[in-house]
Amino acid sequence: MTAIEPQAGTVPLDPEEARRVRAARLERIGKWVLPLAIMVLAVWLWDRICVWNEIPRYILPRPGEVVATLYTDAGLLFGSLLVTLRITFLSLLLAVAGGVGLAVLFAQSKWVEMSFFPFAVILQVTPIVAVFPLINIYVDNQTAKLLLCAWIVAFFPILSNTTLGLNSVDRNLIDLFRLNGATRWQELWHLRLPAAMPYFLGGLKIAGGLSLIGAVVAEFVAGTSGQSSGLASRIIEAGYRLNAPRLFAALILISFTGIVIFLALTLVSHLVLRRWHESALRQER
Amino acid sequence: MLQEMRAVASEASGGDQKSLLTLRDVGKSFSNGVTALRNVDLTIGQGDFVSLLGPSGCGKSTALRIIAGLSTPTTGMLDWHGGQGRSDIGFVFQEPTLLPWASVFDNVWLPLRLRGVSREKATPAIREMIDRVHLSGFEDAMPRELSGGMKMRVSIARGLVTKPRLLLMDEPFAALDEITRFKLNNDLLELWQDERFTVVFVTHSVFESVFLSNRIVVMAARPGRVFREISVDAPYPRDEAFRTSPDYATLCRETSQVLGEAITLGGGAHDGH
Ligand SMILES: Nc1ncnc2c1ncn2[C@@H]1O[C@H](COP(=O)(O)OP(=O)(O)O)[C@@H](O)[C@H]1O
Ligand SMILES: [Mg+2]
Repeated sequence: MTAIEPQAGTVPLDPEEARRVRAARLERIGKWVLPLAIMVLAVWLWDRICVWNEIPRYILPRPGEVVATLYTDAGLLFGSLLVTLRITFLSLLLAVAGGVGLAVLFAQSKWVEMSFFPFAVILQVTPIVAVFPLINIYVDNQTAKLLLCAWIVAFFPILSNTTLGLNSVDRNLIDLFRLNGATRWQELWHLRLPAAMPYFLGGLKIAGGLSLIGAVVAEFVAGTSGQSSGLASRIIEAGYRLNAPRLFAALILISFTGIVIFLALTLVSHLVLRRWHESALRQER
Repeated sequence: MLQEMRAVASEASGGDQKSLLTLRDVGKSFSNGVTALRNVDLTIGQGDFVSLLGPSGCGKSTALRIIAGLSTPTTGMLDWHGGQGRSDIGFVFQEPTLLPWASVFDNVWLPLRLRGVSREKATPAIREMIDRVHLSGFEDAMPRELSGGMKMRVSIARGLVTKPRLLLMDEPFAALDEITRFKLNNDLLELWQDERFTVVFVTHSVFESVFLSNRIVVMAARPGRVFREISVDAPYPRDEAFRTSPDYATLCRETSQVLGEAITLGGGAHDGH
């Protein structure tokens, strides 16, 4: 038995195995270095193009100028970022509550699901930009307007994913619960909701990005009438004034926010699922 | 002729021992036109280890689900002697069907939890059951960290933690390798002898049914029905010595022959399902 088991550290790796180890290490480094290098190169090219073609700063500012604007206009920009973030998070929260709540309602009865799911689809497929003028007429409160808009965009992936999750429970486990006299409530709480968790978290990751998009789009539509103070209105404003550096700075802040939201939700998903779900397991070979 | 066989079968199982459950003329048809069971008469005695043996599609799982109350018979009825029903049944499926997000401990807790027993109150029973299936030390492990055999042990512990009088098992070891299956067979028999619960065990393995049970109910397909009953008189405890004994070999051969007849009768040329 012991004769054929290689002892860790004592047996030298064969060339093929050593190559594999090297390749794996290179891949780990490359995963970070390559995108960074490309990014740096792109920024450098952007800067060079501005210089070589003598492009005026109100058309395309040099990257250095954008960074400088991020610093000099920090008060204004980050204040606006906070406004946008508030709408984003509130609408994500409402999307979670609404999406999960509706999904649980749908799970109670096939009839309810059949009756109401089409409405959810209609809400989802109608472009929000086209709906917003209506919301603008019917809703007075500025925050409520933006929230409603962002919510409509964000809740659907949570609803559809959670509905799918609640319905994809092992038949045998349902039988086991019935056999042990579980109530509907117990079945929901101890079986369906945990089983739906990976699906829900998948939906949440999409909804996080969508709620930011929803918030920004809503601000754009509302912002044209000068009612909003979020990042989108900064962009519109900067556009009018030909203040391209600030426009770029605001743009960078928005995409950076999107990335942070995505990473944060990915982390949450990983932490919740890491003990049991395949998607969160480290590859072990 | 079939009528005769059934008569003989129920006589053989009658005897002095108290019966737990009787299926009277039970039949089950599905809306797709399949008659899964027809005219099944079967008495399960208290403390019996009954195997339902038959080709796939002969209604073994259906019979088990009817006994569990998970499915209602189209015809006939179930008589429980002693007045208990569903609350007194443990069920072990072919797959371990554990909650993947719960530890071994919490999985075994589940049936008690659903009955409103708190974690603290349930702890002694859970620990004892985990110990009985030889999984002490794995209380906090997650299902994905366990081998197939260990998962099945958890499933058995979960089935027995409520101390049911009847344990229903649907091909529980079919997916396991032979060495693991033999071990689990031994351990299951040991549990059964210590706790004196009743087992209805579905299998399509002649060897397993002979090793485990005191009664084998051979079933035929299309429609699913009881073909013949064989009583296995070899004494318990049965261990590895029994597995290699000539008695065991003889019993297996006889049972195989009966099963062969049942398959021929049921048109076993196409195995379907
Ligand atoms: N829910 C169901 N609906 C329709 N047909 C079914 C259902 N369950 C089982 N059957 C049919 O009933 C027959 C017996 O099935 P089953 O009891 O699972 O057999 P076994 O467990 O012996 O393999 C099969 O022909 C199967 O296709
Ligand atoms: Mg079956």
